[in-house]
Amino acid sequence: MSGVGSSAVLRAPLVVEFPFTRSLGAVQSAFLTGLRERTLLGVRAGDGRVLVPPVEYDPVTAEEIRDLVEVGATGTVTTWAWNHEPRRGQPLGAPFAWVLVRLDGADTALLHALDVPGPDAVRTGMRVRVRWAGERVGAITDIACFEPADGDAPVRAAVPHSGVFDEPVTGIVAAARLDYTYSPGRAQTAYITALSERRTVGERCPSCRKVYVPPRGACPTCGVATAERVEVGPRGTVTTYCVVNIKAKNLDIEVPYVYAHIALDGADLALHARIAGIPYDQVRMGLRVEPVWTEGGRHPDHYRPTGEPDADYDTYKELV
Amino acid sequence: MASREPSVLRPVRDVAVVAFGQTATARSTDELSEVEMLMPVLHEVLAATGLRTSDIGFTCSGSSDYLAGRAFSFTMALDGVGAWPPISESHVEMDGAWALYEAWTKLQTGEADTALVYSYGKSSPGSLRDVLTRQLDPYYVAPLWPDSVALAALQAQALIDAGETDEPALAGVALRSRADAAANPHAQLGGDVAQGEYVVRPLRTGDCPPVGDGAAAVILAAGERARELCGRPAWIRGIDHRIEAHGLGVRDLTDSPSTRLAAERAGVFEHPVDTAELHAPFTSQEVVLRKALRLGDDVVVNPSGGALAANPMMAAGLIRLGEAAARIHRGASDRAVAHATSGPCLQQNLVALLEGDAR
Repeated sequence: MSGVGSSAVLRAPLVVEFPFTRSLGAVQSAFLTGLRERTLLGVRAGDGRVLVPPVEYDPVTAEEIRDLVEVGATGTVTTWAWNHEPRRGQPLGAPFAWVLVRLDGADTALLHALDVPGPDAVRTGMRVRVRWAGERVGAITDIACFEPADGDAPVRAAVPHSGVFDEPVTGIVAAARLDYTYSPGRAQTAYITALSERRTVGERCPSCRKVYVPPRGACPTCGVATAERVEVGPRGTVTTYCVVNIKAKNLDIEVPYVYAHIALDGADLALHARIAGIPYDQVRMGLRVEPVWTEGGRHPDHYRPTGEPDADYDTYKELV
Repeated sequence: MASREPSVLRPVRDVAVVAFGQTATARSTDELSEVEMLMPVLHEVLAATGLRTSDIGFTCSGSSDYLAGRAFSFTMALDGVGAWPPISESHVEMDGAWALYEAWTKLQTGEADTALVYSYGKSSPGSLRDVLTRQLDPYYVAPLWPDSVALAALQAQALIDAGETDEPALAGVALRSRADAAANPHAQLGGDVAQGEYVVRPLRTGDCPPVGDGAAAVILAAGERARELCGRPAWIRGIDHRIEAHGLGVRDLTDSPSTRLAAERAGVFEHPVDTAELHAPFTSQEVVLRKALRLGDDVVVNPSGGALAANPMMAAGLIRLGEAAARIHRGASDRAVAHATSGPCLQQNLVALLEGDAR
């Protein structure tokens, strides 16, 4: 984490990525498998309407619906919006129109992109056709986009379809990535800044006088802002601990090792850190420890025994 | 089916908004964590009523971790309440208006006489237009990453095609909202704001809400307790929320049947209102809501400037309820309708009817 410009507030890039694996219902599976096979399916709802894209449950009655029909690959634009600056992940890299398209034989509209040169080339009511993606996997993106189809007359009404295909798609992997600029706020910025100077600085609650390390800006007991900074430690007492036996991904620490809650001297809340410099099976409650810094490190690498006598239980029992 | 239910759902217990507080909405609040941003408004409503956390019967909050990309941020935010000894508490991953609905329901049961409701949104760390795509249907829609402005633009074009509005009329909504916001110290965008270029046509910069960080808090109280805590409580005479199909192409985007139904059940159509606080982040959505709520020209709409002046995600709906209540508190309104929305193109809508005692 680093400061940017003259501002004292810390900022760092934060990327949140999640590839959700989602299973499909029977109707969704038929629809997405159909896209792979260049076949467009809808589902007939209780009121007789054909819904495209199809859903598992009736939007009016909430009843399960399974009556599949095939609709045309041509349709009519029901509304549009001109997107002159496409964003990451959107169907086309060049400017395009977002469109809702009612496919021939359908009663509802599908959201997708329309590839036209400019806003003057799109209007509500215009005829369009599906442009299929070259490589299709059973996903909504198997429709690359729509393209103008001025000459194409409506092809047909919905015709019944079994929805049965070889090797049906049963799930999708929905990859998502969001980019953030993380800023930890006033209290934690002060804490991290002090740590980089090898000092541990907490904040005292003006009401209950407890010192919180690391500070989060508020006393969780009293619900008031903490502001008075108090340097604590550097030494502390192990209040409780666990032995880690499973090696973490991308973490170059030999197992087993000990992870402990440590009440720094002067603090009223234990922080947690790794204990080293002592065999894992000799760590105990009450062990006195001190931080070990590495060259250029912005926080202690681990804590090690100080060699002092163990602390009395009474001195830290409120912090266990 | 809905037709078998009574058209107006009357509260069994008189519950009122007795205090409201909000932060100024700002484009960026890097110097503050979420709890640091939220705490002042919690203290403001507690101070206004003289209550302490331990006096509050129920606490309910609304927020979304996706906005700032911070997992379990609502548990950190609870630090600002002072939740020890343990309190009766709940959270919705929605706008705070729905947290208020949950708290109102709790008060209806008689299990509590007072409730603290708060919500906050810190959108500045992320790219809000992209973050909001993650609330969409993950099978058919989210893989296309249609951003929030694009979806609103599809709705706006549908309204234009239907002859319900045009670009100059939308610009008029923007102009009026920002002019009214000039008198609102919490607004992010007020005064003379240019309509600007297209963001996604037909919507221009001026048709879209500013992206901002902010927080709001409300205190509810029941019966006599409300009169003790507030000179002129804003009684919630009715409140309801309704949702429409998630498929955009299934809905008529030029109408809002969910708003109309919620309003009917809240009793909005029984008596004329003098004020409406509408959660319409885009100018075109005000057109839809005015129609659904049957608001005449005599109704003052969004005197605060509305969401076009400040739209802190997860708080802007609660702020509509708070702004309407605050006008009743200070005698500027006798009966007001407040509205909150969630999801793309007004998918889900909450409507409340607020009333002050006769003067």
